[in-house]
Amino acid sequence: MQDKNKPIWAKIPNWVWVLISFACAIALWLFASSQLPAVFAPPTEVWAAFVSKIESGILLEHVWASLSRVLIGFGLAFITAIPVAFLMAWYDPIRHIVEPWIQFVRNIPPLAYVFLLIAWLGIGNESKIAVIFIAAFLVQVVTIYQGVKGVDTTLIKAARVLGAKQTDIFFKVTIPATTPFILVAARLGLSTSLTTLMASEIVGGDRGLGMMIQQASGYYQMDTVLLGIIMLGIIGICFEKIVRFLERRFTGWQETVQQ
Amino acid sequence: MAGNGSAVKVHVDHVVKKFQTRKGEMTALNGVDLDIHENEFITVVGPSGCGKSTLLNIIGGLETPTDGQVLVDGKPVNGPSPERGIVFQQYALFPWLTVIKNVMFGLKLQGKSNQEAEEIARKYLKMVDLEEFANHYPKELSGGMKQRVAIARAYATNPQVLLMDEPFGALDAQTRTQLQQELIETWEKERKTCFFITHDVEEAIILGNRCVIMSARPGRVKDIIDIDIPYPRDQATKMSPRFLELKNEIWSQVYQEYLSVRK
Repeated sequence: MQDKNKPIWAKIPNWVWVLISFACAIALWLFASSQLPAVFAPPTEVWAAFVSKIESGILLEHVWASLSRVLIGFGLAFITAIPVAFLMAWYDPIRHIVEPWIQFVRNIPPLAYVFLLIAWLGIGNESKIAVIFIAAFLVQVVTIYQGVKGVDTTLIKAARVLGAKQTDIFFKVTIPATTPFILVAARLGLSTSLTTLMASEIVGGDRGLGMMIQQASGYYQMDTVLLGIIMLGIIGICFEKIVRFLERRFTGWQETVQQ
Repeated sequence: MAGNGSAVKVHVDHVVKKFQTRKGEMTALNGVDLDIHENEFITVVGPSGCGKSTLLNIIGGLETPTDGQVLVDGKPVNGPSPERGIVFQQYALFPWLTVIKNVMFGLKLQGKSNQEAEEIARKYLKMVDLEEFANHYPKELSGGMKQRVAIARAYATNPQVLLMDEPFGALDAQTRTQLQQELIETWEKERKTCFFITHDVEEAIILGNRCVIMSARPGRVKDIIDIDIPYPRDQATKMSPRFLELKNEIWSQVYQEYLSVRK
């Protein structure tokens, strides 16, 4: 037997591990709720809150409000970050002017400038999307810029020798060589968008998971608070899975396969 | 003399290349004159930093000389062209394309149909014995196989001149010997004009009709040695007295240049 020296857990398949991990999390949760029931609402109550909010349709409204903000903010940031990153990589004057801005704003927590945007755009959807846009744009532009800068010059030389003109080089070398960075940027951008969502929903509005959590915490409805947190976690994991899938689909050729 | 008698393919006419560096102007090439004849296999040796690669890039059209010019078939070189294929030391395969798509890259740019490009690509993959890897990605290949693909890709567009910049430099000794053998055999069949840079004197002798020895920086042509060993050549050639004689002669000249840099 080849497996003789392997520990027993090496034989457990991955999906079983997922179940075990899930069961342990529930156990920890049950333990926490037995100690501090007022803070950690037990799973049954959270489940009940989930069912009643699904039945009333309010949960989906919250999820949709948040999801649409995240996706619009992220989407706008994504399609803006790509050309800006390319322009920065190609034209030094643009880089010299824009890069310090990016570095400066990047380190400011979005919560700090959300009020400025609210004063400008009001407390509606625009300001919320704008906060997400800024945060997601900054993280993506930096990542894509590094990708464009890092395109192997030997590949460009090789393409030129084989007869490639400027547009050929752009579409047949630069774009594919940058794709892994664009997908990494998308992943970082989505998780930043989700993080920033909470800052964006801090003020005003009546729909959104952030709003739901805030309102519920005001009434000390910890089951709803936990429900909101878990929903955000699920959305985050779904984003991650989608981008991972795209990465496997489009950048499986990479030498260093990411795990 | 080898190479004489056939037309001059590449005429390197007093090429000077200067670079601006932080420490001021640096002369990489200081008046290089060289004729490469049709169907000739020229090898180039010289100490590190003597401008071998710069010369290759200028012939390839990837760099422009500060002074002088390069003529191919009497016409000045003006930018890169599929007429002058280059094989790089770092393989330079497109990692997102399969092996066959890599070989087809230049053919597609020439406007060939998918079918025609694929046919030609398969022919050259067969030449380098990698047909069964056509649909693999470069990451799945060893260094030697990658360089074979790069050679097939360079051959596929049917260039007039093949420029090779230490193509076997990154390979282990065994793979290098094998690829040398394959390259000799291919050259004997196709007789394509080759300009081959190496730091390995044995490689320069086993492959070339003539060996150009370059001086230490600023690079010039120090000497050109005729390799008067008849083809077909193989690894046993490396044991022949004439080979060893040539090796001594070339190596001592390269070594002198190496010492002059170290001083």
